[in-house]
Amino acid sequence: MISATQHLENYLDRYSEFEKLAAGRNLPWLRKLREDAFARFCEVGFPTTHDEDWRFTNVSPISQMRFRLARNGSRNISPEQVNQWRKASTLQLVFVNGGFSPALSAISGLPDGVKVSSVRQEIERDPGAMEAHLGRYLNIRRDPFSALNSAFAEDGAYVKILKGTVLREAIYLLFISAPGDAPLMSSPRNLIVVEEEAEASFVEDYVSLGEGVGFSNAVTELVAGDNAVISHYMIEREHRNGFNVSTLRIQQGRSANVASHSVLLGGALVRNNVHPVLAGEGGECLINGLFVANGRQHHDNYMLVEHARPHCGSRQFYNGILDGNAHGVFHGRIIVHKDAQKTDAKQTNRNLLLSDDAQIDTKPQLEIYADDVKCTHGATIGQIEENALFYLRSRGIDEISARRLLLLAFANECLDRMQPEPVRAWVEGLIHEHLFHDASTPWQAKNDSREEGASNWGEIG
Amino acid sequence: MSLLEIRNLHVKVDNHQILKGIDLTVHAGQVHSIMGPNGSGKSTLAQVLSRRESYDVIAGEVLYDGKDLLAMKAEDAACEGVFMAFQYPVEIPGISNAYFLRSALNATRKYRGEDELDAMDFLPMFREKLKLLEMDEKLTNRSVNEGFSGGEKKRNEILQMAVLQPKLAILDETDSGLDIDALKIVAKGVNSLRSRERAIIVVTHYQRLLNYIVPDFVHVLVNGRIVRSGGPELALELEEKGYATVEAEAKQPISV
Repeated sequence: MISATQHLENYLDRYSEFEKLAAGRNLPWLRKLREDAFARFCEVGFPTTHDEDWRFTNVSPISQMRFRLARNGSRNISPEQVNQWRKASTLQLVFVNGGFSPALSAISGLPDGVKVSSVRQEIERDPGAMEAHLGRYLNIRRDPFSALNSAFAEDGAYVKILKGTVLREAIYLLFISAPGDAPLMSSPRNLIVVEEEAEASFVEDYVSLGEGVGFSNAVTELVAGDNAVISHYMIEREHRNGFNVSTLRIQQGRSANVASHSVLLGGALVRNNVHPVLAGEGGECLINGLFVANGRQHHDNYMLVEHARPHCGSRQFYNGILDGNAHGVFHGRIIVHKDAQKTDAKQTNRNLLLSDDAQIDTKPQLEIYADDVKCTHGATIGQIEENALFYLRSRGIDEISARRLLLLAFANECLDRMQPEPVRAWVEGLIHEHLFHDASTPWQAKNDSREEGASNWGEIG
Repeated sequence: MSLLEIRNLHVKVDNHQILKGIDLTVHAGQVHSIMGPNGSGKSTLAQVLSRRESYDVIAGEVLYDGKDLLAMKAEDAACEGVFMAFQYPVEIPGISNAYFLRSALNATRKYRGEDELDAMDFLPMFREKLKLLEMDEKLTNRSVNEGFSGGEKKRNEILQMAVLQPKLAILDETDSGLDIDALKIVAKGVNSLRSRERAIIVVTHYQRLLNYIVPDFVHVLVNGRIVRSGGPELALELEEKGYATVEAEAKQPISV
């Protein structure tokens, strides 16, 4: 208990430093938002595995670490260092340790109807617009990490797509974690507002520079106006020392159509929360995900899908590939509120375990308060199917290539749901690279010992 | 030299002896049919030849093109020109038919030291083979066998055979469950692949397929042994009398 107290003290120290200098500290509403959030965080502290929402994820590696705060992008990064993640001829906003870096960003030639800025700039320039949305959707009482983010929120991406604007090109948000030698926490806070009948795609791409210990505690509030069509991507490919907790809170208007795609490849301990609220009639939400973990990686996918109005549809599809001692979690919670008649909610989680020590916890949780709804859920856990492997080999494809092909096939189920095209192809490239190069060693090494009793998919629930 | 030489093959599956001394010689250019009642060991023989590892060979040998087939891995046997049309083709969601077949073809080409084909070279040839089997072009981009009807799966096996151009093809009950139209299409595909360089072994329970793929030799497998061999007329005789007669003739105490 002593250590827990000490660590909260560390956050107390960090917070008192922060509030003296934070952008917008003189805005009463923002001050209150931070104070309430920090008070909430101090009240509940970090979650433990006794907390139902955190049953399968022990966050003590995060809670026991003394992090420094990242302010003002604190590390100098040259454009050359960013080149490896640069997207040619696209809109790309770059954040270093959570702070916006205009010099590293590429935001020239913005189309009409698209406004791109940083939260920090807008707090100073147009606080009224920020006040209208920032913190309005996120529930800091549900999740201590959301409270922690709100307490330290001062910068991140701000994007606004004006009514009826159709943006063909995706907007890339690159978050570089560059912790240096001492552990460092960053709190990116993004606000994306897509007005009615507008169409746009966003990519949040989390990467690391150097091998220090970084903790990215990110929150994105995404507001989808009536009839808006949105694709959102979350790509986690930070260093194997990295901690990443992210929350995507989606507020959907009438007949809005939102697709959330999460691809978790990197990080040591990763928790990805996706929380859409279907707050207008006829909304559609696709929550699509792929997590690929090996070694000692921990990937936790938590979804809370709230159906608040009638005639909405939500579909969750998550595929996991786990090797080594990796631990994956799929927790899919669906709440159908009393008024949300004619809800159609579907949830599917499929997992491939490639080693004896890999582990997956998969948990559906349906709470239905309306009486005319359709909700289905299913989960499977299996190994690479020996019959399929043999089929490929019997056509001349060697065993290693055949295994890769089957992993790719499994990942393709998620890739096939992604649009629009240039982003999908880019994500496909990242996944291929990860499966065939970065992650290849562990499961290649054990190819000589044939898996026993494979090919059985266990049905759960 | 014979293309395939099976000598005194004894095979066990889960401690049950299924094949109890098979001898069979197949030359290039020939079509052999192996017929037999359920449980006679037909499929086991086919599976062993395709190098499935769940079968224990306890005695005998198999020479393919003079090489020890039983020492080969499945992928090496395939690259050497052995092809198996499976009784129950596997569905592989997430890999398109064209991508799969190009990967397979390129694996065999690489094995033989030939250049790999890119999509531009591959697709025209692939489309031509689709036409031969009267298959819809839409199947190019559909996942391997996923959602295919029984007939489509069997046709897809022959399509793969047409693309991979094996030296030895083994068809394991490719006719089972097919309607007469599908059967004719499959047979047409197989017949188009008959050549002096290639041998085909047709494993079947029913004589019907052999009306369309007329074999040079027919062998009757009963209780793990070939009990009779003959020409195509043997298949007709079986059709008339059923397997009961040959089974009765073959009945003799067998020590396991």
